[in-house]
Amino acid sequence: MQISGAEIVVRCLQEEGVEFVFGYPGGAVLEIYDAIFRQDKFKHVLVRHEQAATHAADAYSRSSDKVGVALVTSGPGATNAVTGIATAYMDSVPMVVISGQVPSPAIGLDAFQEVDMVGITRPCVKHNFLVKDVSELAATIKKAFYIAKSGRPGPVVVDIPKDVTQQRAEFRYPDSVHIRSYVPATRGHSGQIKKAVNLLLEAKRPFIYVGGGAVQGRAEAEVTELVRSLNLPCTNTLMGLGAYPGSDRQFLGMPGMHGTYEANMAMQYCDVLVAVGARFDDRVISVPSHFLSQPKKIIHIDVDPSSISKRVKADIPIVGDVKLVLREMLEQLKQSGQKPEGAALEAWWKRIEEWRGHDCLLYAPSDELIKPQMVVQTLYDITGGQAIVTSDVGQHQMWAAQYYKFDRPKQWLNSGGLGTMGFGLPAAIGAQLANPHAQVACITGEGSIQMNIQELSTAKQYHTPVKVLALNNRYLGMVRQWQEFFYGTRYSESYMDALPDFVKIAEAYGHVGLKVESPADVEPALREAFSDKLKERLVFLDFRTDQSENVFPMIQNGKGLDQMDLPPHMRDIQQVPFENNRDYGNMC
Amino acid sequence: MRHILSILLENEAGALSRVVGLFSARAYNIDSLTVSTTEDPTLSRMTIVTHGSDEVIEQITKQLNKLIEVVKVIDLNESEHIERELMLIKVRAVGKDREEMKRMADIFRGRIIDVTEKTYTIELTGTSEKLGAFIEAVDRTVILETVRTGASGIGRGERVLKI
Repeated sequence: MQISGAEIVVRCLQEEGVEFVFGYPGGAVLEIYDAIFRQDKFKHVLVRHEQAATHAADAYSRSSDKVGVALVTSGPGATNAVTGIATAYMDSVPMVVISGQVPSPAIGLDAFQEVDMVGITRPCVKHNFLVKDVSELAATIKKAFYIAKSGRPGPVVVDIPKDVTQQRAEFRYPDSVHIRSYVPATRGHSGQIKKAVNLLLEAKRPFIYVGGGAVQGRAEAEVTELVRSLNLPCTNTLMGLGAYPGSDRQFLGMPGMHGTYEANMAMQYCDVLVAVGARFDDRVISVPSHFLSQPKKIIHIDVDPSSISKRVKADIPIVGDVKLVLREMLEQLKQSGQKPEGAALEAWWKRIEEWRGHDCLLYAPSDELIKPQMVVQTLYDITGGQAIVTSDVGQHQMWAAQYYKFDRPKQWLNSGGLGTMGFGLPAAIGAQLANPHAQVACITGEGSIQMNIQELSTAKQYHTPVKVLALNNRYLGMVRQWQEFFYGTRYSESYMDALPDFVKIAEAYGHVGLKVESPADVEPALREAFSDKLKERLVFLDFRTDQSENVFPMIQNGKGLDQMDLPPHMRDIQQVPFENNRDYGNMC
Repeated sequence: MRHILSILLENEAGALSRVVGLFSARAYNIDSLTVSTTEDPTLSRMTIVTHGSDEVIEQITKQLNKLIEVVKVIDLNESEHIERELMLIKVRAVGKDREEMKRMADIFRGRIIDVTEKTYTIELTGTSEKLGAFIEAVDRTVILETVRTGASGIGRGERVLKI
């Protein structure tokens, strides 16, 4: 029996086990919306802006092991989705975006709501398709899902002209996909893994550097076993938080621009660095020349060969699925029965504990001003470290990453690669739908939240009781911090004048709004927000925080990992070059 | 350093723009690019002449391999290869120049493929350097128009680029 292209789209999504489609209707996709209306296998979530559709689908994926799906119309609907597509691309999130296109005969004629979606999204998708024939529709969608989730995951766009959704064809969903030109790596090269094992066993100052690839690749068990079995120090990048438990002793905190003192020093002065699904991003290692000025051997495990030796040359590159590679590594380690040299490792840990002893995340508490760090810490305590936390971009994002200890992967959702403001709220909605019983908190700023604040309406419609924590310092905080550091305190356009009353906004959308102005009220307000009474409600907490607080440690552009700007209580410590330290002369 | 990359890719609409887009998005250079279908109509073969350090060329190769439609990429520089470029050059050919142009075409093993009272159009193939040498060798003022294909390359001997 022949069915319409629109019905084929719906059947494909059903075949893929899709639970939610995040979207916004419009002329070019009305056939698909009509087909959605006539089915009940998956739900459609109507967002208020297409950017939010892609962020919600993205976070749905990030917080589960499924592929997020967004559906948008042509032209402006499609271009609105581009920011979310680019966000997912930078963070390697599997996502399928279906966009409507003007009817085939109108393509290229500057038709109403026509845009070259395939052309526009080409640089920020893993792959994209324009479906020209209804007979290819099902196979194309199958390919889109396969490409999105295999290898290094990423977003795939399927652009479908309106007439293709109207034409009819037999529905046949392929069982499998074979694309001769696309064969993602799986198992790493055993010989390379052996070399890596030997190098790791010889290391005197080993360090494990875990990135978002370990989260996407679900390699947390293997990472944890490797780190624990050899008693290694470990760091998770902003994207890797949760891959190794954040509350564990062997975790040194996040590395990089706002990483901890101990993680950055260990990263700079280790002798063997194992990068697991991490790509030596500029926000992590800063400048390669300084990073490599301390000799170290680098083992780099990544599913994407182009991430290896892109910024930093790897001594032992291993291309493969991180989970499979680590498993084989652990197997080989077991067979060898060896451990790294105990004395050297002990000395290395001693040094690390000295670095850690400075407590670089210490901040001055206050009775008068709400410290943003304290809000995050209180959230951590009240949620028992179990909440799924989304964030936007800016100072609040870094404080969330620094002060909430993530013990499991897929618990921390933020736009790490693209740095997209407006991500937090729609992401929280997507995460809540994927995890209906989880506590979901969105840590945001008064600048970021206003980039997609209309999604409070979506949250109302779908009863997603997320807790929005706005760390409101009446400034674009990170911009202000940079202007303070690098632009002579000239706060050009970073002051958010004419802020709305967020409590009233929350109430206007049918939610609960709480304004918190005193440190003493932080904990009670959070307790109330997470109380049984408000369990089913979205609560918007407007924390009036200290305007002058900055994120420390910080590495300025062009500086090295051991050249951090440290918080006030650490400014007097002597930054002695590591080699000159007597205790460690034998280790270098 | 100059490199000549040979790429086998799916003969699909949009594949070429994906390759070109990759070069522009990542700020790599394309010195020349030739592309056409192969004996297998589902495959296109592309030759890209580019330049950059070994690290840059390694990245270009990896990024190209990441494109879904790209089946294989080789750097022809890594072993012996042959390359050819085609140039059509229209020159003024009047008076004493007419005989001179004929002689030059012969020396460079070119063929005159179109003749008018005042012009010759000469077909020349060879390496890019040879075509450049021809342009250098003739009087600039007689050149009316040139069109060059960019280099196509193939491995020497038994070496083939195939699926």
